[in-house]
Amino acid sequence: MQKTHLELTQVGISFPTEKGPFVALQNVNLHIKKGEFVSLIGHSGCGKSTVLNIVAGLHQATAGGVILNHKEVTEPGPERAVVFQNHSLLPWLTVYQNVELAVKQQSDGKKTKAEIRDWVEHNLELVHMSHALDKRPNEISGGMKQRVGIARALAMQPEVLLMDEPFGALDALTRAHLQDSLMEIQAQLNTTVMMITHDVDEAVLLSDRIVMMTNGPAATIGEILTVDLPRPRHRLQLADDPSYNHYRHQVLSFLYEKQRKVEDLGSKRAEKQQSKTQASA
Amino acid sequence: MNILKHPALSQWQNQFSSTLFWRKQLKQSLLTLSGLLVFVLCWQLASSQIQTSLGQFPGPAQAAAQWSQLVDEYQAEKQREGAFYLRQQERHAAALAEDPTAELTSLPYRARPTFFSQILTSLQTVLTGFVLASLIAIPLGILIGLSSNLYQVFNPLIQLFKPISPLAWLPLVTLIVSSVDLSSAWGSRSFVVSVCTVMLCSLWPTLLNTAVGVSQVPQDLLNVSKVLRLSWWRHLRIIVLPSAVPMIFTGLRLSLGIAWMVLIAAEMLAQNPGLGKFVWDEFQNGSSDSLSRICVAVLVIGLLGFALDRLMLMLQRKVNWDKTAVSR
Ligand SMILES: Nc1ncnc2c1ncn2[C@@H]1O[C@H](COP(=O)(O)OP(=O)(O)O)[C@@H](O)[C@H]1O
Ligand SMILES: [Mg+2]
Repeated sequence: MQKTHLELTQVGISFPTEKGPFVALQNVNLHIKKGEFVSLIGHSGCGKSTVLNIVAGLHQATAGGVILNHKEVTEPGPERAVVFQNHSLLPWLTVYQNVELAVKQQSDGKKTKAEIRDWVEHNLELVHMSHALDKRPNEISGGMKQRVGIARALAMQPEVLLMDEPFGALDALTRAHLQDSLMEIQAQLNTTVMMITHDVDEAVLLSDRIVMMTNGPAATIGEILTVDLPRPRHRLQLADDPSYNHYRHQVLSFLYEKQRKVEDLGSKRAEKQQSKTQASA
Repeated sequence: MNILKHPALSQWQNQFSSTLFWRKQLKQSLLTLSGLLVFVLCWQLASSQIQTSLGQFPGPAQAAAQWSQLVDEYQAEKQREGAFYLRQQERHAAALAEDPTAELTSLPYRARPTFFSQILTSLQTVLTGFVLASLIAIPLGILIGLSSNLYQVFNPLIQLFKPISPLAWLPLVTLIVSSVDLSSAWGSRSFVVSVCTVMLCSLWPTLLNTAVGVSQVPQDLLNVSKVLRLSWWRHLRIIVLPSAVPMIFTGLRLSLGIAWMVLIAAEMLAQNPGLGKFVWDEFQNGSSDSLSRICVAVLVIGLLGFALDRLMLMLQRKVNWDKTAVSR
């Protein structure tokens, strides 16, 4: 965890829209060390997914750039795996085949059949999904699908794991379970992780640093909070830990005092009301 | 012990659910039967009111009688064919007995077309046309769906050609086919004309649905493909095609339905020896049996169309990964 590994410098992006270019991000600067766990938090629509997609190589920054291992990121690459928000498993492949596809693609013909099989099974074991190898995605629960999505990403042996609200759609129990698994796996593999979340507890529990983003348009990084809690972390012990609560409070105050969206909603509602009365007049 | 888990009880429950199943089946078949009954009654009532130049419009009873007559004619023809080959064999045996080095000439039996051989011809024609149309429409649809530019080039053309009636195509196809010298491998001219017309009319639903299916692959899956860095070919095979399969089959089913409808019209005009020609000949014939023969043919056309659609549905169920998407 020393030298800079992933570097975002003055990253900005504008999307062409019908009403002219829409500047979604501006001046995003972030240096991430190897093995670091960074979360991105911010109100919805501020541009978190866009940041992640730029790092993944799915979007091209229109200003600035991303450097990984001294090389500029211009397209998706094998060293960056993505866990998508809604699992994005191929519905016509089984759990096993979904992971196998990634492994085959990664090994590029260098692994033997047996090695591929072992590696797929090993990664599904990591996320505790060995019991459902031959099930289709629509035969397993949402939490299981997300596990398989994580296994697929891990099986690529990435240096950077990019996760877009990986646990957003799950119930609290399943989420807690997967968070623990993720911490375990990350400690084991020392993967660099960039995770988007809108859950403050999740951010504090998992992260080394929490990147808090301002509201869009032209969103950028508002504050960065370093979470200096010893690892391994246990959610039960942390619940009464004053420093844990202090971090939580800081994130909450950023989101709900400095970057209030409530006001925004209120004014929008007022606007709507106005246009409605105008329409009826 | 929990009484709800008692084995005797669960057995009883199983039995109950199985009687429930049979009841449902029974109800369904009763409803189907009553629908048929209503149809037959209406037919009977209506037919007694209609007088045509060929006499009374046939009711269900006359149609049924005509059906068994058609079966008889078919069997008679079969017997004649058997007898023909038997005679030929006897002739050959006699010739060989006289002179073991005799040169034997075997003649094929020239069968008169029966109703059932005409059904077979129709099925062959429609399937040939449909398969050819699919072989063109699916690959072309994939290409068009992959590129939004190509889609914009082809979409107006497809919209232009889609509504053209088979009757409009037929003269053109006939003229073109008769200007081209056909080798015997292609079969008769009327067959080629019918196949081409069927193909031209049944191409479009498959083409359009394939293109739409291919262009509507969810963005998430496209992202997966990019992150995994799938090659063009694997992207097509692993992501695009399976994702488009439901739409492709929707197109294929529509196409087959159209192909069958077009076929009858094409056969009437091209004089391809199938069901369409049968109906046309009977119409021209104008004998007292003609009307009931046409009624039988119309019903058989309906039944075969239904059977073709069911076959397609079965194929779809087999191929489709999304079992819930397969509709009725
Ligand atoms: N392809 C695109 N074209 C136009 N606008 C986009 C596009 N992608 C994202 N945006 C806009 O950029 C902003 C940030 O989106 P996103 O990164 O998805 O937000 P978040 O993930 O933080 O909820 C939103 O206002 C969204 O409408
Ligand atoms: Mg998002």
